[in-house]
Amino acid sequence: MALDDKPTILIFACNWCSYAGADLAGVSRLEMPPNCRVVRVMCSARVRPEFVIAALSRGLDGVVILGCHPGDCHYSEGNYYTWRRALLLKGFLEYVGIEPGRFQLRWISASEGARFAQTITEITDTIKALGPNGRRRPQEG
Amino acid sequence: MAKRRIGVFVCYCGNNIGGIVRVPEVVEYARCLPNVVYAEGSLYACSEEGLSSIKAKIAAYGLDRVVVASCTPRTHETLFRNACEEAGLNRYLFEFVNVREHCSWIHMRAPDEATEKAKSLIKMGVAKSYYLEPQEELESEVYPEALVIGGGVAGMTAALNLAQQGLKVHLIEREKELGGLLSQVNKLFPANRDVKEIFDPLAEGVKNHPLITIYLGSEVEGVEGFIGNFKVRITRVEGEIKVGTIIVATGGRELKPIGQYGYPTVANVLTQLELEGRLKEGIDGWQSVVMINCVGARVTGRFYCGRFCCLTAMKNAILIKEGNPQAKVYILLQDVMASGVEAERYYRRSMERGVRFIRYDPISPPQILGERQAEGVKVYHALIGREVILPAQMVVLTTPLVPQADNERLSKMLKVPLGSEGFFLEAHLKLRPIEFATDGIYLCGSARYPSDIAESVSQAYAASAKAAIPMRQGLVRVEAITAFSQERLCHGCGNCLRVCPFGAIELKGSERGGKVAWVNAAQCKGCGCCVAACPNGAMQQRSFSDQQLMAMIEALVEEVSSGP
Repeated sequence: MALDDKPTILIFACNWCSYAGADLAGVSRLEMPPNCRVVRVMCSARVRPEFVIAALSRGLDGVVILGCHPGDCHYSEGNYYTWRRALLLKGFLEYVGIEPGRFQLRWISASEGARFAQTITEITDTIKALGPNGRRRPQEG
Repeated sequence: MAKRRIGVFVCYCGNNIGGIVRVPEVVEYARCLPNVVYAEGSLYACSEEGLSSIKAKIAAYGLDRVVVASCTPRTHETLFRNACEEAGLNRYLFEFVNVREHCSWIHMRAPDEATEKAKSLIKMGVAKSYYLEPQEELESEVYPEALVIGGGVAGMTAALNLAQQGLKVHLIEREKELGGLLSQVNKLFPANRDVKEIFDPLAEGVKNHPLITIYLGSEVEGVEGFIGNFKVRITRVEGEIKVGTIIVATGGRELKPIGQYGYPTVANVLTQLELEGRLKEGIDGWQSVVMINCVGARVTGRFYCGRFCCLTAMKNAILIKEGNPQAKVYILLQDVMASGVEAERYYRRSMERGVRFIRYDPISPPQILGERQAEGVKVYHALIGREVILPAQMVVLTTPLVPQADNERLSKMLKVPLGSEGFFLEAHLKLRPIEFATDGIYLCGSARYPSDIAESVSQAYAASAKAAIPMRQGLVRVEAITAFSQERLCHGCGNCLRVCPFGAIELKGSERGGKVAWVNAAQCKGCGCCVAACPNGAMQQRSFSDQQLMAMIEALVEEVSSGP
């Protein structure tokens, strides 16, 4: 029941920009909602679309991919692939009946701790507004 | 499924984690996770004691995977991996869980939620660790040349120090001359010696050193690559410069307090640096001077202290008094920042010379009297409890150094962070103060925060000594995060090689006939883009496999399904 107003959100953050931005938010002691779980990947382009589909179809309330700003990718062009895949993925989610709003892609640089905190807060609100993911398995007991 | 022997170490980080997250509860939770055979809390996991404990427990409990829940892998992963290796465990059988930057520090007012989140993050880390595999690292060559960005005192010192160690240096300065801020300064605290005495030998040493190439009037246009092999584009230079390491020494600039205290429209209101220019020209003989400290510093929007501006004001006040002992010289200030032996001595010396210090309240700051020309300064004198009017033939505003205007641009090119004030941000304030979290990039001087000359020089020594390590060793170990193709699953579609930004993948003939993808690990940088592009799961990434990442997702899904 408590989960209804506390969505569980999975974040993939690239090592070079967004994860560092998240670290900076921490170093700056910026407060934000506690329902996000950051998974570090080297590049946002590592995130296989299947990960997003698996997470959302099995009940997580939201999935976010964070990458370097376009043009700033540590691997030159990884985030452009992420961007294209995300566009296709949004359409796919809609097609299979998952609210596309549960999946978000944002750019956060290593120096944008405040932007990280703000993004987490905003996305939490957006996903909260969508309500709990209906695909969540019923709770035991 | 095979059994594992996972050990979990949860760091209190003193109060940083332990003050918010209930560590004992988290340790109990971790102990009950599947395949975890040992869990403990550690006051400081990164301390000698913490690391020995990890090593001892690996031996005592026969641990085959280690999970440390503490700070960020960006600063501490190598340390813990080394500890595992020293205890005979492959360094890739270690998983890092961030419960400080990503948990306790951002949920300081929510200890319950932070505790639950820490458990959840550890559960995910343990789930990933189950699938970790031992890896071998490749070695990659370090090109033994360095790039130093900025030709001020910090940059020149760093360049010379590297060159004197026999390493080739490319020194870039955007102005037409070397010197940076130093070239505008008159005399130096505490001996009041002429800048030339320090600057000339340094600049000559740099200019005459055969291993230093100087690029004046040039800026960095683009940076690509990694430690050992950066390719840098510079304005006015054709082609690329290849370097192994980079030192950022871009300095700061004096804040010009436009719109405050009549600056710059009132003719005789100057900044300290402008005053230094006049003193340098030999102008003196002022009858009355009022200096106002903390202009644009320690205010909303720029909260920091300029660190040495109090001393700059004292120095110039002493010089004015030396020029004309009868001159009335006042320094209006909020606090005196003159810490340490020499600075305190200098403060006393300025008082002995007759410089007067008056404290002002930032709520009712001093006022300049006169319109086109300042004639005096009105200030509320707290000690005598009334306003006083001070004569002023000249008013000098003491302002802090501020970040260079294009720091953001450079930080993006180098992919290193800036702090909230816009200065470059080091990897760790105490433990890694002159390097970035990104390997092979270092920093020194006022690019980091306002630093006086002594500090800039010692930081430059430190940064250049650090940068010399990989260049001298000639090799760095490359993290085993490269991609590899599982031949039996590969259909040879070639998606992977089309998305690889490094041309590291080729299609090769397979024993079964047909073509399969093959990754040249020496060229692979470990982004994992090809892995996500593979339709068949044949392409995988070491330390970030599909199985490992899916295990983390599963762990979180399980939590949602089973409820709190």
